[in-house]
Amino acid sequence: MKPVLSVRGLDKRFGAVVAADALSIDIAPSQKVSLIGANGAGKTTFVNMVTGYLKPDSGSIELDGMDIGRRSPRHVARLGISRSFQIPQLFIELTAAENLAVAVSGARAQALSFHSPAEAQGRRDKALELLARFGLTDVADRPILELAGGVRKLVDIAMALVRRPKLLLLDEPTSGVSAEEKFATMDRVIHAVAPDAATIVFVEHDMEIVGRYADRVVAFYQGRILADGNPHDVLKDPEVRRYVTGGAQ
Amino acid sequence: MKQGLHPLLMIALVAAVTLFGRVLPTWTLSLATVAASNALIALGIVVLARTGNVSFGQGLFFAAGGYGVALIANVWGVTDAVAQMIIGAVCGGLLGLVIGPLIARYSGIFFGMLTLALSMVLYGALVKSTALGGSDGFNVGRPSLFGMSFNDPREADFMLYAVSVITTGFAGIAATILFRSELGLASLAVRENNLRVEYLGISANLVITINFVIAAIFAGASGAFALMAQRHIDPQFAYWTTSGEFVFVAVLAGYQSVAAVFVASMALELVRSFSNLYLPNTWQLVLGVFLLGVILFLPRGIGSLWIRERQKRMRPTAATPIAAQKEATL
Repeated sequence: MKPVLSVRGLDKRFGAVVAADALSIDIAPSQKVSLIGANGAGKTTFVNMVTGYLKPDSGSIELDGMDIGRRSPRHVARLGISRSFQIPQLFIELTAAENLAVAVSGARAQALSFHSPAEAQGRRDKALELLARFGLTDVADRPILELAGGVRKLVDIAMALVRRPKLLLLDEPTSGVSAEEKFATMDRVIHAVAPDAATIVFVEHDMEIVGRYADRVVAFYQGRILADGNPHDVLKDPEVRRYVTGGAQ
Repeated sequence: MKQGLHPLLMIALVAAVTLFGRVLPTWTLSLATVAASNALIALGIVVLARTGNVSFGQGLFFAAGGYGVALIANVWGVTDAVAQMIIGAVCGGLLGLVIGPLIARYSGIFFGMLTLALSMVLYGALVKSTALGGSDGFNVGRPSLFGMSFNDPREADFMLYAVSVITTGFAGIAATILFRSELGLASLAVRENNLRVEYLGISANLVITINFVIAAIFAGASGAFALMAQRHIDPQFAYWTTSGEFVFVAVLAGYQSVAAVFVASMALELVRSFSNLYLPNTWQLVLGVFLLGVILFLPRGIGSLWIRERQKRMRPTAATPIAAQKEATL
Protein backbone atom coordinates (compact mmCIF):
# COMPACT_ATOMS: atom_id res chain seq x y z
CA MET A 1 0.00 0.00 0.00
CA LYS A 2 1.29 3.47 -0.88
CA PRO A 3 2.46 5.26 2.28
CA VAL A 4 0.81 8.48 3.46
CA LEU A 5 4.11 9.71 4.81
CA SER A 6 7.48 8.72 3.47
CA VAL A 7 10.66 9.99 5.12
CA ARG A 8 14.08 9.23 3.67
CA GLY A 9 17.53 9.91 5.12
CA LEU A 10 16.42 12.72 7.41
CA ASP A 11 19.27 14.48 9.23
CA LYS A 12 19.05 17.28 11.77
CA ARG A 13 21.78 18.57 14.05
CA PHE A 14 21.75 21.31 16.66
CA GLY A 15 25.47 22.02 17.01
CA ALA A 16 27.02 18.81 18.33
CA VAL A 17 23.64 17.30 19.19
CA VAL A 18 22.32 14.85 16.62
CA ALA A 19 18.52 15.06 16.73
CA ALA A 20 17.90 13.04 13.57
CA ASP A 21 20.44 10.69 12.03
CA ALA A 22 19.50 9.30 8.61
CA LEU A 23 15.88 8.65 9.66
CA SER A 24 13.84 6.68 7.15
CA ILE A 25 10.26 5.63 7.78
CA ASP A 26 7.08 4.92 5.81
CA ILE A 27 3.66 5.27 7.40
CA ALA A 28 0.74 3.50 5.75
CA PRO A 29 -2.82 4.87 5.68
CA SER A 30 -4.98 4.32 8.79
CA GLN A 31 -2.06 3.12 10.90
CA LYS A 32 -1.78 4.14 14.54
CA VAL A 33 1.92 4.59 15.04
CA SER A 34 3.47 5.36 18.39
CA LEU A 35 6.85 7.07 18.64
CA ILE A 36 8.66 6.18 21.85
CA GLY A 37 12.06 7.12 23.22
CA ALA A 38 13.75 8.83 26.13
CA ASN A 39 13.81 12.63 26.37
CA GLY A 40 16.11 13.99 23.67
CA ALA A 41 15.81 10.87 21.49
CA GLY A 42 14.49 12.95 18.58
CA LYS A 43 10.73 12.25 18.60
CA THR A 44 9.57 15.83 18.81
CA THR A 45 12.26 16.94 16.36
CA PHE A 46 10.83 14.39 13.94
CA VAL A 47 7.31 15.76 14.47
CA ASN A 48 8.58 19.33 14.08
CA MET A 49 10.30 18.48 10.80
CA VAL A 50 7.28 16.65 9.39
CA THR A 51 5.03 19.62 10.25
CA GLY A 52 7.42 22.20 8.76
CA TYR A 53 8.46 23.92 11.98
CA LEU A 54 12.06 22.72 11.54
CA LYS A 55 13.82 22.29 8.22
CA PRO A 56 15.90 19.11 7.91
CA ASP A 57 19.63 19.47 7.17
CA SER A 58 19.20 16.78 4.52
CA GLY A 59 16.77 14.09 3.47
CA SER A 60 13.24 14.16 2.11
CA ILE A 61 9.74 14.17 3.56
CA GLU A 62 6.88 13.23 1.24
CA LEU A 63 3.16 13.38 1.91
CA ASP A 64 1.25 11.29 -0.62
CA GLY A 65 4.27 11.52 -2.92
CA MET A 66 4.62 15.33 -2.63
CA ASP A 67 7.83 16.74 -1.19
CA ILE A 68 6.98 18.85 1.86
CA GLY A 69 10.42 19.04 3.51
CA ARG A 70 10.89 22.78 2.87
CA ARG A 71 7.33 23.94 3.37
CA SER A 72 6.08 26.16 6.20
CA PRO A 73 3.76 24.83 8.93
CA ARG A 74 0.90 26.70 7.24
CA HIS A 75 1.47 24.98 3.89
CA VAL A 76 1.98 21.60 5.51
CA ALA A 77 -1.31 22.04 7.40
CA ARG A 78 -3.10 22.94 4.15
CA LEU A 79 -1.69 19.82 2.51
CA GLY A 80 -3.17 17.58 5.17
CA ILE A 81 -0.93 17.21 8.22
CA SER A 82 -2.25 18.47 11.55
CA ARG A 83 -0.75 18.27 14.98
CA SER A 84 -1.51 18.74 18.63
CA PHE A 85 1.06 19.78 21.20
CA GLN A 86 2.55 18.38 24.38
CA ILE A 87 1.58 21.65 26.06
CA PRO A 88 -1.75 22.63 24.47
CA GLN A 89 -1.32 25.63 22.18
CA LEU A 90 -4.64 27.39 22.52
CA PHE A 91 -5.98 30.93 22.49
CA ILE A 92 -6.60 31.05 26.20
CA GLU A 93 -8.73 34.19 26.39
CA LEU A 94 -11.11 32.84 23.77
CA THR A 95 -13.79 30.27 24.49
CA ALA A 96 -13.46 26.65 23.40
CA ALA A 97 -15.98 27.24 20.59
CA GLU A 98 -14.09 30.34 19.44
CA ASN A 99 -10.85 28.35 19.38
CA LEU A 100 -12.55 25.80 17.17
CA ALA A 101 -14.08 28.60 15.05
CA VAL A 102 -10.57 29.93 14.31
CA ALA A 103 -9.56 26.42 13.25
CA VAL A 104 -12.67 26.14 11.05
CA SER A 105 -11.78 29.49 9.42
CA GLY A 106 -8.28 28.22 8.75
CA ALA A 107 -9.64 25.08 7.13
CA ARG A 108 -11.74 26.99 4.59
CA ALA A 109 -10.28 27.63 1.15
CA GLN A 110 -11.62 31.20 1.04
CA ALA A 111 -9.91 34.25 2.52
CA LEU A 112 -10.94 35.35 6.00
CA SER A 113 -14.11 37.43 5.90
CA PHE A 114 -14.09 41.05 7.10
CA HIS A 115 -17.80 41.07 7.86
CA SER A 116 -19.14 37.55 8.31
CA PRO A 117 -19.53 36.94 12.06
CA ALA A 118 -16.76 34.79 13.49
CA GLU A 119 -19.24 32.33 14.90
CA ALA A 120 -21.63 32.36 11.94
CA GLN A 121 -23.95 29.39 12.14
CA GLY A 122 -21.95 27.09 9.86
CA ARG A 123 -18.71 27.65 11.73
CA ARG A 124 -20.31 27.37 15.16
CA ASP A 125 -22.13 24.19 14.17
CA LYS A 126 -18.87 22.66 12.99
CA ALA A 127 -17.12 23.78 16.18
CA LEU A 128 -19.88 22.31 18.36
CA GLU A 129 -19.93 19.08 16.36
CA LEU A 130 -16.22 18.59 17.01
CA LEU A 131 -16.52 19.50 20.68
CA ALA A 132 -19.41 17.03 20.96
CA ARG A 133 -17.23 14.26 19.55
CA PHE A 134 -14.88 14.84 22.48
CA GLY A 135 -17.76 15.19 24.95
CA LEU A 136 -17.01 18.87 25.49
CA THR A 137 -20.28 20.52 24.45
CA ASP A 138 -20.89 21.90 27.91
CA VAL A 139 -17.60 23.82 28.00
CA ALA A 140 -18.07 25.34 24.52
CA ASP A 141 -18.73 28.85 25.77
CA ARG A 142 -16.16 28.94 28.53
CA PRO A 143 -12.78 30.64 28.06
CA ILE A 144 -9.86 28.23 27.82
CA LEU A 145 -8.19 29.82 30.84
CA GLU A 146 -11.05 28.54 32.98
CA LEU A 147 -10.62 24.94 31.79
CA ALA A 148 -8.53 22.18 33.34
CA GLY A 149 -5.42 20.82 31.67
CA GLY A 150 -7.06 17.60 30.47
CA VAL A 151 -9.92 19.48 28.82
CA ARG A 152 -7.45 21.84 27.15
CA LYS A 153 -5.63 18.84 25.77
CA LEU A 154 -8.81 17.56 24.15
CA VAL A 155 -9.65 21.00 22.72
CA ASP A 156 -6.11 21.14 21.28
CA ILE A 157 -6.64 17.78 19.56
CA ALA A 158 -10.12 18.80 18.38
CA MET A 159 -8.57 21.86 16.68
CA ALA A 160 -6.07 19.65 14.89
CA LEU A 161 -8.94 17.51 13.63
CA VAL A 162 -10.91 20.35 12.01
CA ARG A 163 -9.10 19.98 8.68
CA ARG A 164 -9.90 16.25 8.51
CA PRO A 165 -6.15 15.64 8.09
CA LYS A 166 -4.60 12.76 6.23
CA LEU A 167 -2.03 12.51 8.98
CA LEU A 168 -2.63 13.51 12.59
CA LEU A 169 0.41 13.96 14.85
CA LEU A 170 -0.30 13.94 18.57
CA ASP A 171 2.52 14.97 20.88
CA GLU A 172 1.99 13.13 24.18
CA PRO A 173 -1.82 13.18 24.16
CA THR A 174 -2.09 11.88 27.73
CA SER A 175 0.68 13.87 29.40
CA GLY A 176 -0.70 15.81 32.34
CA VAL A 177 -3.71 13.48 32.57
CA SER A 178 -4.15 11.49 35.77
CA ALA A 179 -3.28 7.77 35.72
CA GLU A 180 -6.93 6.84 36.34
CA GLU A 181 -8.16 8.87 33.39
CA LYS A 182 -5.48 8.27 30.79
CA PHE A 183 -7.33 5.36 29.12
CA ALA A 184 -10.63 7.24 29.17
CA THR A 185 -8.93 10.23 27.57
CA MET A 186 -7.23 8.13 24.92
CA ASP A 187 -10.50 6.24 24.24
CA ARG A 188 -12.17 9.59 23.69
CA VAL A 189 -9.43 10.70 21.30
CA ILE A 190 -9.51 7.48 19.28
CA HIS A 191 -13.32 7.55 19.17
CA ALA A 192 -13.33 11.21 18.05
CA VAL A 193 -10.73 10.65 15.35
CA ALA A 194 -12.38 7.51 13.99
CA PRO A 195 -14.99 9.19 11.69
CA ASP A 196 -12.20 10.91 9.73
CA ALA A 197 -10.17 7.70 9.48
CA ALA A 198 -6.96 9.71 9.80
CA THR A 199 -3.59 8.09 10.08
CA ILE A 200 -2.32 8.79 13.59
CA VAL A 201 1.23 9.17 14.82
CA PHE A 202 1.47 9.79 18.54
CA VAL A 203 4.46 10.45 20.74
CA GLU A 204 4.02 8.64 24.03
CA HIS A 205 6.00 7.80 27.16
CA ASP A 206 3.36 5.61 28.75
CA MET A 207 3.95 2.02 27.59
CA GLU A 208 0.48 0.91 28.70
CA ILE A 209 -1.04 3.44 26.31
CA VAL A 210 1.40 2.38 23.59
CA GLY A 211 0.61 -1.30 24.07
CA ARG A 212 -3.13 -0.75 24.03
CA TYR A 213 -3.61 1.79 21.21
CA ALA A 214 -0.70 1.53 18.76
CA ASP A 215 -0.61 -1.02 15.97
CA ARG A 216 2.98 -0.11 15.24
CA VAL A 217 5.76 1.24 17.46
CA VAL A 218 8.88 3.13 16.40
CA ALA A 219 11.54 3.44 19.10
CA PHE A 220 13.96 6.37 18.88
CA TYR A 221 17.39 6.59 20.46
CA GLN A 222 19.87 9.42 19.91
CA GLY A 223 18.21 10.51 16.67
CA ARG A 224 18.13 7.00 15.20
CA ILE A 225 15.40 4.39 14.89
CA LEU A 226 16.26 1.65 17.34
CA ALA A 227 13.35 -0.62 16.54
CA ASP A 228 10.26 -0.54 14.36
CA GLY A 229 7.44 -3.10 14.36
CA ASN A 230 4.37 -4.33 16.19
CA PRO A 231 4.09 -3.26 19.85
CA HIS A 232 4.61 -6.76 21.23
CA ASP A 233 7.93 -7.26 19.45
CA VAL A 234 9.29 -3.74 19.90
CA LEU A 235 8.49 -3.53 23.60
CA LYS A 236 10.22 -6.90 24.14
CA ASP A 237 13.29 -5.88 22.12
CA PRO A 238 16.32 -6.01 24.48
CA GLU A 239 17.77 -2.76 23.14
CA VAL A 240 14.45 -0.98 23.51
CA ARG A 241 14.16 -2.34 27.06
CA ARG A 242 17.69 -1.16 27.81
CA TYR A 243 17.64 2.34 26.22
CA VAL A 244 13.98 3.33 26.06
CA THR A 245 11.58 1.61 28.42
CA GLY A 246 14.02 0.64 31.14
CA GLY A 247 12.30 -2.73 31.44
CA ALA A 248 8.74 -1.37 31.53
CA GLN A 249 6.11 -3.10 29.40
CA MET B 1 -17.82 42.26 21.33
CA LYS B 2 -20.44 39.68 20.57
CA GLN B 3 -23.47 41.37 22.06
CA GLY B 4 -22.73 45.01 21.20
CA LEU B 5 -25.12 47.48 19.64
CA HIS B 6 -26.79 46.64 16.34
CA PRO B 7 -25.22 48.56 13.40
CA LEU B 8 -28.53 50.29 12.64
CA LEU B 9 -28.69 51.55 16.21
CA MET B 10 -25.12 52.76 15.85
CA ILE B 11 -26.04 54.67 12.67
CA ALA B 12 -28.89 56.30 14.58
CA LEU B 13 -26.46 57.18 17.37
CA VAL B 14 -24.03 58.76 14.90
CA ALA B 15 -26.88 60.81 13.41
CA ALA B 16 -27.98 61.93 16.87
CA VAL B 17 -24.45 62.96 17.89
CA THR B 18 -24.07 64.85 14.60
CA LEU B 19 -27.34 66.75 15.09
CA PHE B 20 -26.44 67.39 18.73
CA GLY B 21 -23.61 69.56 17.36
CA ARG B 22 -26.26 72.13 16.41
CA VAL B 23 -26.83 72.96 20.08
CA LEU B 24 -23.23 72.68 21.25
CA PRO B 25 -21.24 75.84 22.03
CA THR B 26 -18.71 76.75 19.32
CA TRP B 27 -15.66 76.00 21.46
CA THR B 28 -17.01 72.49 22.08
CA LEU B 29 -17.41 71.89 18.34
CA SER B 30 -13.73 72.33 17.60
CA LEU B 31 -12.82 70.26 20.67
CA ALA B 32 -15.16 67.48 19.56
CA THR B 33 -13.74 67.64 16.03
CA VAL B 34 -10.22 67.12 17.38
CA ALA B 35 -11.49 64.35 19.67
CA ALA B 36 -13.24 62.57 16.77
CA SER B 37 -10.16 62.90 14.59
CA ASN B 38 -7.91 61.53 17.35
CA ALA B 39 -10.43 58.78 18.02
CA LEU B 40 -10.23 57.73 14.38
CA ILE B 41 -6.47 57.23 14.44
CA ALA B 42 -6.59 55.66 17.92
CA LEU B 43 -9.25 53.28 16.62
CA GLY B 44 -6.72 52.17 14.01
CA ILE B 45 -4.17 51.57 16.74
CA VAL B 46 -6.76 49.48 18.60
CA VAL B 47 -7.49 47.48 15.41
CA LEU B 48 -3.77 46.77 15.12
CA ALA B 49 -3.38 46.12 18.86
CA ARG B 50 -5.83 43.25 18.56
CA THR B 51 -3.06 41.37 16.74
CA GLY B 52 -0.73 42.04 19.69
CA ASN B 53 1.23 44.81 17.98
CA VAL B 54 1.29 48.48 18.90
CA SER B 55 2.44 51.12 16.45
CA PHE B 56 4.38 53.98 18.04
CA GLY B 57 4.65 55.67 14.68
CA GLN B 58 1.11 56.29 13.42
CA GLY B 59 2.26 59.88 12.88
CA LEU B 60 3.80 58.51 9.68
CA PHE B 61 0.40 57.84 8.13
CA PHE B 62 -1.18 60.84 9.86
CA ALA B 63 1.40 63.06 8.14
CA ALA B 64 1.11 61.17 4.83
CA GLY B 65 -2.64 61.80 4.82
CA GLY B 66 -2.23 65.44 5.87
CA TYR B 67 0.55 66.27 3.40
CA GLY B 68 -1.17 64.35 0.59
CA VAL B 69 -4.38 66.33 1.08
CA ALA B 70 -2.53 69.64 1.50
CA LEU B 71 -0.53 69.17 -1.70
CA ILE B 72 -3.54 68.10 -3.75
CA ALA B 73 -5.59 71.00 -2.32
CA ASN B 74 -2.93 73.55 -3.21
CA VAL B 75 -2.01 72.11 -6.61
CA TRP B 76 -5.40 71.00 -7.94
CA GLY B 77 -7.68 73.08 -5.74
CA VAL B 78 -9.55 70.17 -4.19
CA THR B 79 -11.22 71.74 -1.14
CA ASP B 80 -14.19 69.44 -0.59
CA ALA B 81 -14.02 68.03 2.96
CA VAL B 82 -15.28 64.58 1.99
CA ALA B 83 -12.89 64.39 -0.96
CA GLN B 84 -10.03 65.51 1.27
CA MET B 85 -10.91 62.86 3.84
CA ILE B 86 -10.92 60.19 1.13
CA ILE B 87 -7.61 61.44 -0.31
CA GLY B 88 -6.06 61.34 3.17
CA ALA B 89 -7.31 57.80 3.73
CA VAL B 90 -5.97 56.68 0.33
CA CYS B 91 -2.55 58.25 0.98
CA GLY B 92 -2.30 56.59 4.39
CA GLY B 93 -3.58 53.28 3.03
CA LEU B 94 -1.15 53.21 0.11
CA LEU B 95 1.79 53.86 2.42
CA GLY B 96 0.43 51.18 4.75
CA LEU B 97 0.28 48.73 1.84
CA VAL B 98 3.97 49.33 1.14
CA ILE B 99 5.16 49.15 4.75
CA GLY B 100 2.70 46.62 6.18
CA PRO B 101 3.98 43.44 4.51
CA LEU B 102 7.57 44.35 5.43
CA ILE B 103 6.86 45.09 9.06
CA ALA B 104 4.35 42.29 9.74
CA ARG B 105 7.12 39.77 10.32
CA TYR B 106 8.26 41.66 13.42
CA SER B 107 6.46 41.69 16.73
CA GLY B 108 6.49 43.27 20.15
CA ILE B 109 9.00 46.00 20.87
CA PHE B 110 10.70 45.53 17.47
CA PHE B 111 7.42 46.24 15.70
CA GLY B 112 6.77 49.31 17.82
CA MET B 113 10.28 50.73 17.44
CA LEU B 114 10.34 50.14 13.68
CA THR B 115 7.12 52.09 13.22
CA LEU B 116 8.53 54.85 15.41
CA ALA B 117 11.78 54.90 13.39
CA LEU B 118 9.92 55.11 10.09
CA SER B 119 7.81 58.03 11.30
CA MET B 120 10.95 59.85 12.42
CA VAL B 121 12.57 59.22 9.03
CA LEU B 122 9.60 60.97 7.43
CA TYR B 123 9.81 63.75 10.01
CA GLY B 124 13.50 64.26 9.20
CA ALA B 125 12.78 64.31 5.45
CA LEU B 126 9.92 66.82 5.87
CA VAL B 127 12.02 69.16 8.02
CA LYS B 128 14.73 69.20 5.33
CA SER B 129 12.32 69.57 2.43
CA THR B 130 12.13 73.23 1.42
CA ALA B 131 9.56 72.42 -1.29
CA LEU B 132 7.17 71.38 1.50
CA GLY B 133 7.90 74.37 3.68
CA GLY B 134 10.57 72.72 5.82
CA SER B 135 10.00 72.91 9.56
CA ASP B 136 7.44 75.73 9.13
CA GLY B 137 5.17 73.72 6.84
CA PHE B 138 2.56 75.55 4.76
CA ASN B 139 -1.08 76.69 4.80
CA VAL B 140 -4.15 75.45 2.96
CA GLY B 141 -7.51 77.08 2.27
CA ARG B 142 -10.78 76.63 4.13
CA PRO B 143 -12.57 73.37 3.23
CA SER B 144 -15.91 73.37 1.43
CA LEU B 145 -18.62 70.70 1.28
CA PHE B 146 -20.38 69.57 -1.91
CA GLY B 147 -19.71 72.96 -3.55
CA MET B 148 -20.84 75.00 -0.53
CA SER B 149 -18.44 77.46 1.08
CA PHE B 150 -18.73 78.27 4.77
CA ASN B 151 -17.72 81.83 5.62
CA ASP B 152 -19.50 81.89 8.98
CA PRO B 153 -16.96 80.40 11.47
CA ARG B 154 -19.72 78.66 13.45
CA GLU B 155 -21.09 77.00 10.30
CA ALA B 156 -17.60 76.06 9.14
CA ASP B 157 -16.86 74.50 12.53
CA PHE B 158 -20.16 72.59 12.47
CA MET B 159 -19.51 71.32 8.95
CA LEU B 160 -16.12 70.00 9.97
CA TYR B 161 -17.58 68.57 13.19
CA ALA B 162 -20.32 66.81 11.24
CA VAL B 163 -17.99 65.33 8.63
CA SER B 164 -15.48 64.16 11.24
CA VAL B 165 -18.14 62.69 13.56
CA ILE B 166 -19.91 60.90 10.68
CA THR B 167 -16.63 59.56 9.29
CA THR B 168 -15.36 58.44 12.68
CA GLY B 169 -18.77 57.03 13.52
CA PHE B 170 -18.87 54.95 10.36
CA ALA B 171 -15.28 53.87 10.96
CA GLY B 172 -16.41 52.77 14.41
CA ILE B 173 -19.30 50.78 12.95
CA ALA B 174 -16.94 49.19 10.43
CA ALA B 175 -14.50 48.36 13.24
CA THR B 176 -17.30 46.82 15.31
CA ILE B 177 -18.29 44.58 12.40
CA LEU B 178 -14.61 43.77 11.84
CA PHE B 179 -14.06 42.89 15.51
CA ARG B 180 -16.95 40.42 15.40
CA SER B 181 -15.89 38.94 12.07
CA GLU B 182 -13.80 35.95 11.13
CA LEU B 183 -10.81 38.24 10.61
CA GLY B 184 -11.43 39.90 13.98
CA LEU B 185 -11.38 36.56 15.78
CA ALA B 186 -8.27 35.48 13.87
CA SER B 187 -6.63 38.77 14.95
CA LEU B 188 -7.19 37.90 18.61
CA ALA B 189 -5.82 34.43 17.92
CA VAL B 190 -2.67 35.94 16.35
CA ARG B 191 -2.24 38.12 19.44
CA GLU B 192 -2.33 35.07 21.70
CA ASN B 193 -0.42 32.48 19.71
CA ASN B 194 0.66 33.26 16.15
CA LEU B 195 2.47 29.95 15.70
CA ARG B 196 -0.70 28.00 16.40
CA VAL B 197 -2.52 30.22 13.92
CA GLU B 198 0.02 29.19 11.28
CA TYR B 199 -0.48 25.52 12.19
CA LEU B 200 -4.18 26.02 11.53
CA GLY B 201 -3.39 27.14 7.97
CA ILE B 202 -3.88 30.89 8.50
CA SER B 203 -1.14 33.38 7.61
CA ALA B 204 -0.46 35.40 10.77
CA ASN B 205 1.53 37.93 8.72
CA LEU B 206 -1.41 38.48 6.39
CA VAL B 207 -3.75 39.07 9.33
CA ILE B 208 -1.29 41.61 10.81
CA THR B 209 -0.82 43.30 7.41
CA ILE B 210 -4.56 43.71 6.85
CA ASN B 211 -5.00 45.23 10.31
CA PHE B 212 -1.96 47.43 9.71
CA VAL B 213 -3.39 48.78 6.44
CA ILE B 214 -6.75 49.46 8.08
CA ALA B 215 -4.94 51.38 10.83
CA ALA B 216 -3.00 53.34 8.18
CA ILE B 217 -6.24 54.23 6.33
CA PHE B 218 -7.78 55.53 9.55
CA ALA B 219 -4.59 57.47 10.34
CA GLY B 220 -4.52 59.04 6.87
CA ALA B 221 -8.14 60.18 7.16
CA SER B 222 -7.41 61.52 10.63
CA GLY B 223 -4.47 63.49 9.21
CA ALA B 224 -6.84 65.02 6.66
CA PHE B 225 -9.21 66.15 9.44
CA ALA B 226 -6.35 67.61 11.47
CA LEU B 227 -5.27 69.54 8.38
CA MET B 228 -8.81 70.80 7.73
CA ALA B 229 -9.16 71.90 11.35
CA GLN B 230 -5.81 73.74 11.48
CA ARG B 231 -5.60 74.77 7.80
CA HIS B 232 -1.87 74.37 8.25
CA ILE B 233 0.50 71.44 8.09
CA ASP B 234 4.06 71.01 9.31
CA PRO B 235 6.43 68.11 10.12
CA GLN B 236 5.08 67.97 13.67
CA PHE B 237 2.37 65.69 12.21
CA ALA B 238 5.01 62.94 11.93
CA TYR B 239 6.85 63.67 15.19
CA TRP B 240 7.01 60.95 17.82
CA THR B 241 5.14 62.94 20.46
CA THR B 242 2.19 63.21 18.06
CA SER B 243 2.19 59.43 17.63
CA GLY B 244 2.53 59.10 21.40
CA GLU B 245 -0.71 61.02 21.94
CA PHE B 246 -2.61 58.58 19.77
CA VAL B 247 -1.16 55.61 21.64
CA PHE B 248 -2.17 57.45 24.82
CA VAL B 249 -5.81 57.44 23.66
CA ALA B 250 -5.60 53.77 22.62
CA VAL B 251 -4.14 52.77 26.01
CA LEU B 252 -6.87 54.72 27.79
CA ALA B 253 -9.50 52.95 25.70
CA GLY B 254 -8.17 49.37 25.77
CA TYR B 255 -8.68 47.01 22.87
CA GLN B 256 -12.04 45.51 23.80
CA SER B 257 -14.49 48.20 22.79
CA VAL B 258 -14.93 50.60 19.89
CA ALA B 259 -17.06 52.97 21.95
CA ALA B 260 -14.26 53.21 24.52
CA VAL B 261 -11.99 54.82 21.93
CA PHE B 262 -14.43 57.70 21.47
CA VAL B 263 -14.97 58.05 25.21
CA ALA B 264 -11.20 58.00 25.84
CA SER B 265 -10.49 60.54 23.12
CA MET B 266 -13.16 62.92 24.38
CA ALA B 267 -12.02 62.43 28.00
CA LEU B 268 -8.45 63.21 27.02
CA GLU B 269 -9.43 66.37 25.18
CA LEU B 270 -11.56 67.53 28.09
CA VAL B 271 -8.83 66.84 30.65
CA ARG B 272 -6.30 68.57 28.42
CA SER B 273 -8.52 71.61 27.81
CA PHE B 274 -9.54 72.13 31.41
CA SER B 275 -6.13 71.44 32.90
CA ASN B 276 -4.64 73.82 30.34
CA LEU B 277 -7.18 76.43 31.40
CA TYR B 278 -6.84 76.08 35.16
CA LEU B 279 -3.28 74.73 35.49
CA PRO B 280 -1.52 76.18 32.43
CA ASN B 281 1.99 75.29 33.59
CA THR B 282 1.31 71.79 34.83
CA TRP B 283 -1.32 70.41 32.48
CA GLN B 284 1.03 67.63 31.33
CA LEU B 285 1.31 66.53 34.97
CA VAL B 286 -2.49 66.31 35.21
CA LEU B 287 -2.60 64.24 32.02
CA GLY B 288 0.10 61.93 33.38
CA VAL B 289 -1.78 61.43 36.67
CA PHE B 290 -4.98 60.77 34.68
CA LEU B 291 -3.26 58.09 32.59
CA LEU B 292 -1.63 56.52 35.65
CA GLY B 293 -5.02 56.38 37.34
CA VAL B 294 -6.57 54.60 34.37
CA ILE B 295 -3.66 52.13 34.10
CA LEU B 296 -3.81 51.46 37.84
CA PHE B 297 -7.55 50.97 38.19
CA LEU B 298 -8.49 49.90 34.66
CA PRO B 299 -5.43 48.10 33.27
CA ARG B 300 -7.48 46.92 30.28
CA GLY B 301 -8.69 50.41 29.53
CA ILE B 302 -11.93 52.30 29.91
CA GLY B 303 -13.73 49.75 27.72
CA SER B 304 -13.18 47.06 30.34
CA LEU B 305 -15.70 48.92 32.53
CA TRP B 306 -18.65 47.75 30.46
CA ILE B 307 -17.12 44.74 28.69
CA ARG B 308 -16.27 43.15 32.05
CA GLU B 309 -19.75 43.79 33.38
CA ARG B 310 -21.30 42.34 30.22
CA GLN B 311 -19.14 39.23 30.41
CA LYS B 312 -20.05 38.77 34.07
CA ARG B 313 -23.72 38.90 33.15
CA MET B 314 -23.32 36.49 30.24
CA ARG B 315 -21.13 33.88 31.88
CA PRO B 316 -22.46 31.31 34.33
CA THR B 317 -21.21 32.02 37.84
CA ALA B 318 -20.09 28.42 38.29
CA ALA B 319 -19.36 25.51 36.04
CA THR B 320 -22.32 23.29 35.24
CA PRO B 321 -22.24 20.05 37.25
CA ILE B 322 -21.25 18.05 34.16
CA ALA B 323 -18.45 20.45 33.26
CA ALA B 324 -17.22 20.55 36.82
CA GLN B 325 -17.24 16.77 37.01
CA LYS B 326 -15.41 16.52 33.69
CA GLU B 327 -12.74 18.95 34.83
CA ALA B 328 -12.34 17.15 38.10
CA THR B 329 -11.70 13.89 36.32
CA LEU B 330 -9.47 15.08 33.47
